[in-house]
Parts: sequence; structure tokens; C-alpha cells
Amino acid sequence: MDALVLPQPSAEARLPVLEFQAGRPGQQGGRLLGQDLREGARLWRLAVTLGWLDIKLRYRGSLLGPFWLTLSTGAMVGSLGVLYATLWKMNVREYLPYLALSQVLWGFIAMVVSEGCTLFTSVETLIRSVRMPFFVHAQRLIVRNALVLAHNALVVIVMFAVLDTWPGWRALYALPAILVWVVDGMAIGMLLGAMCARFRDIPPIVGSLMQIFFFLTPVIWTPKQLPPGLNWVMLGNPFFDVLEVARAPLLGAWPGTHVWIAALVFSALLCGIAWWFLARARGRIAFWI
Amino acid sequence: MAGAEIEVAGLSVFFPLYHGSARSLKKTVFAAASGRLAQDRNRRVVVQALRDVSFRLGVGDRLGLIGGNGAGKTTLLRTLAGIYEPVMGRVRVAGSLHALLDPQLGMNADLTGRENIMLRGLYGGLSKPEIARLEEDVIDFAGLADFIDLPVRIYSSGMVVRLGFGLATAIRPQVVLMDEWFLAGDSEFMEKARARLEDMVRGADILVLSTHQTGVAREWCSRVIWLDQGAVRADGPPDAVLEAYLGHPLPPLAVEEAA
Repeated sequence: MDALVLPQPSAEARLPVLEFQAGRPGQQGGRLLGQDLREGARLWRLAVTLGWLDIKLRYRGSLLGPFWLTLSTGAMVGSLGVLYATLWKMNVREYLPYLALSQVLWGFIAMVVSEGCTLFTSVETLIRSVRMPFFVHAQRLIVRNALVLAHNALVVIVMFAVLDTWPGWRALYALPAILVWVVDGMAIGMLLGAMCARFRDIPPIVGSLMQIFFFLTPVIWTPKQLPPGLNWVMLGNPFFDVLEVARAPLLGAWPGTHVWIAALVFSALLCGIAWWFLARARGRIAFWI
Repeated sequence: MAGAEIEVAGLSVFFPLYHGSARSLKKTVFAAASGRLAQDRNRRVVVQALRDVSFRLGVGDRLGLIGGNGAGKTTLLRTLAGIYEPVMGRVRVAGSLHALLDPQLGMNADLTGRENIMLRGLYGGLSKPEIARLEEDVIDFAGLADFIDLPVRIYSSGMVVRLGFGLATAIRPQVVLMDEWFLAGDSEFMEKARARLEDMVRGADILVLSTHQTGVAREWCSRVIWLDQGAVRADGPPDAVLEAYLGHPLPPLAVEEAA
């Protein structure tokens, strides 16, 4: 029979070894988490395919497919933009691209956070039937939402073209922000995925918090609209700094060094907390889901 | 090359009961598995799925796990497969490992057969040409023809089993962990399936098989462990352990086959 042979280790190479030694959960947890990340990263082709199939499945049988996203985002941004620009007496040419970009970027953040809550509980049968690095699921989350973001980005591009408000070469400043977003997205997905598997009350709490942050973060309103005394609203809001490092360059501005520093500090904190929690929780996820 | 090896020492696995109403759940489970509930340090209710299990397997060993429903057979297989990580004790599995635990093997019913095969291949770290070969092999075995490009959801249950089986047995590991569902199926398919399964098992260094059919355990295994409520009740050559398990002497193997 012509069957496949798994990549067999050569005579000198060591056999693949799976080893667990109970005790000292913190120390072993860190080692196993590192191994999970390494093995997960090696399976990136699987993660990309899974994320891509998620989108394909969601729109299988639909005529426009994921371009429905583009259409509905475009319709919402267009109507909201004109409405708010009128209400707040703002320059449509300035406000519309700002709103379109902010909405699209916030959509990515909000989706990563809410889907992060079900990162592991939604693939419970898979987790219980094969050993797969948990990191694969985090990569899949980012790939899936990056594809959604790419479709929504068309709205922003059309807006730039119609209103002729191209950001110019400064948009390149957004490149390092993409890296921050990918790392943060995977960290928050892993963290929330594990926490929500254990504590089933967290997803609704996260949902309401995100609603509050949507209004506290300048997404539909601009920082300039804040009365001078109210600037503290944005201070200490991690979503503002992380959003701004990507948004400002795409509007042709430099986000400001202090914003970048804050974004990096918040990201480091998030990664630190995620590492600390997952080093302890990773081995228990299969029991929790 | 050093051979495959499995080492299990003092292994215990507890299931915490978090979700649902702990109290009423506590009562229900108490009735079903009396003596296996305990409270851990944080006073949480836990089910002791495995208690202080130890054994060692080397190249050529064919271990059968027997025991009633809920004896811990599947939990032990999942622990060996690295899905459940133990709270107490040590588990070491050396060698490429393949676990046949779930008939669907994590297949996504909304995806087509071909897409499911591709995902399996990617999971195994196979290259594009290797995935193409896997596809060919599985499609050929499962006899799905045009159905391969349709979602698994619309397959008949027989087709799903054939696809799952073909996929699971297309890989040549050193250590095979197998749940008994793999030996259940309609007789016509089983004849074809058995040859393929035996071929895979022969090629493997170690087999761990969970079953409660004593005939299967006698035929396939060189050693049998009887699990009872998560603990090892007996461990030894198949006939001795199976006689203790059944509580009566076994008929000679040839007679059983003729029957």
C-alpha cells in the first residue's frame, strides 16, 4: 500500500519526545508555553489555511462573498459620516476619511477581542481529539480578521480616492504598527481564550467593557473635539495609543513619540500578563473547555 | 536509532468540575462514580479519572487497555497523546505519535473532504506534493469519487467513517494510540479496513489499544492492563488478565474464531 511516512528522524537525530513531569507548574509551564509557541509558529501554513477557510465558509454560497463586508461598512460609514459631520458642523472632507479609517481599525480590534473570548471553547472537539499547539488558534484568529480588515480597507481606499485625501509617504510609519497589532492580537486572543474557558462570566464582561471603550476612545469623535480639561479621558486608555500608532500615519501624520511609547508599554504589559497566565493555564485548557 | 518508548510513572489525572451547578452535579456524579470524587486543595470537586498509573512500553509492545465504561481508558489514551497534561506523575512518549481517538478526528463538517484532507496534511507538517499523495491515497481508499469536493456534512455516515478511517490510517507513526471505535463498523467495510489498519499497526513500534471486546484484546495485544475506576487493577499477559476481568476461564482462541 502506498501510504505516507511521517518525517522519520534519522539515525543521529533524536526522536520526537513528549514529556510531562508534574510539579512546579510555573517553571515547567513557561518551558511548555515556549514550546507551544515554537511548534505553533512552525505550523503557520495550517493557521493561514484555517483562517482563510473560515472566511470562505462564512460566505460560501453567497454572491458577493466577503465583499458584503465592504458594502455594509461602506454604507454605515457613509451615512454616519454625513450625519455626524452635519450634527457637529465638521468638514466632511476631513471627517469622512477619519471616520472610515477609525471604524475599520476599531472593527478589527473589537472582533479580535470578542472572538478571542471563544478562541478555545469554539474548537473544543479539535482540542480534545488531537494535540495541536494552542498558538495555532491565535494565529488563525489574526489571519481571519486580517482578511476581514483587508476587505473593509477598500472602503477607506475608495474614500481617499474620491475625496483625494491620500496620506502620502507618511503612511509607511504604519508598518511597525502592524507588527505591534499582530503581537498584541495574538496575546489578547490567547489570554482571553484561556480565561474565558475557565471563567464563563468573562465574555459578557468583556463585551460591555468594549462597548464602553468604543465610546471613550476617539473612534467616531476626534481628539480635537474634546474640551481642554477633558484630555485625561484618553490618558491611560490603551486602546487609544494602540489605535493611534496605526491610524495617524494612515491619515498622513506622525502619531507622536509619547503615543508610541505608551503603545509599546501597554503591549509589553499585555504580553507579560498573557505569558504569566498561560504559563500556568495552558496545560489546563483541555480540562476546562 | 533508539526505538520508541513510553514511560508512565505515578500518573494521576483529575477532572475539575467547574461548570454547571457544582452541587447538583456533585450528587449526580457521586451516584455514577462513587468513591472517585474528591476535593483538591482549593476545595473544588474533582473526578479522579486516573489514579497512580505506572507502566513502561518498548519497541514491539502491544498494550491493550480493558475496563468498563468510565474506567479511564480514553483519558489514559488522551494523556499519552498529550491532550491532557497530568497533575501528578510523569509521562514520557518518545517517537512519532498518532492518536486515533475520535471518529471524526477533528474534521470540520462544513468543509469538503478534500479540504479536510489538506488540513490534516498541513497539521502533519507535510509538503505540497506529500499532501497531494495523501489526498490520492485517502480518496482511493474511501471511494468517495465526486463527493470529495462536497461538504462532509452531506456525506452518509458510512462515507464519513470511510473518510475518517482512510485519513487516520494514511500516516505511519512509531506509536499508535487507538480507541476501540476503530474496530467497529459494518462487516464489508471492516474487511478492507482491517487489512489497512493491521498494516499500519505492524509498521508501528508500539500500539496502545483501548477496547472492551476481549477477542480483540487477545488477538492484537501482547500485554493487557485492566483499569478499574482509574486505577490499574491487573497488568500482565492477555489471557491471565482477561480471565480475571471476565471472572471465568477463556475459551481457546481457535474456538472463538470459529464461532
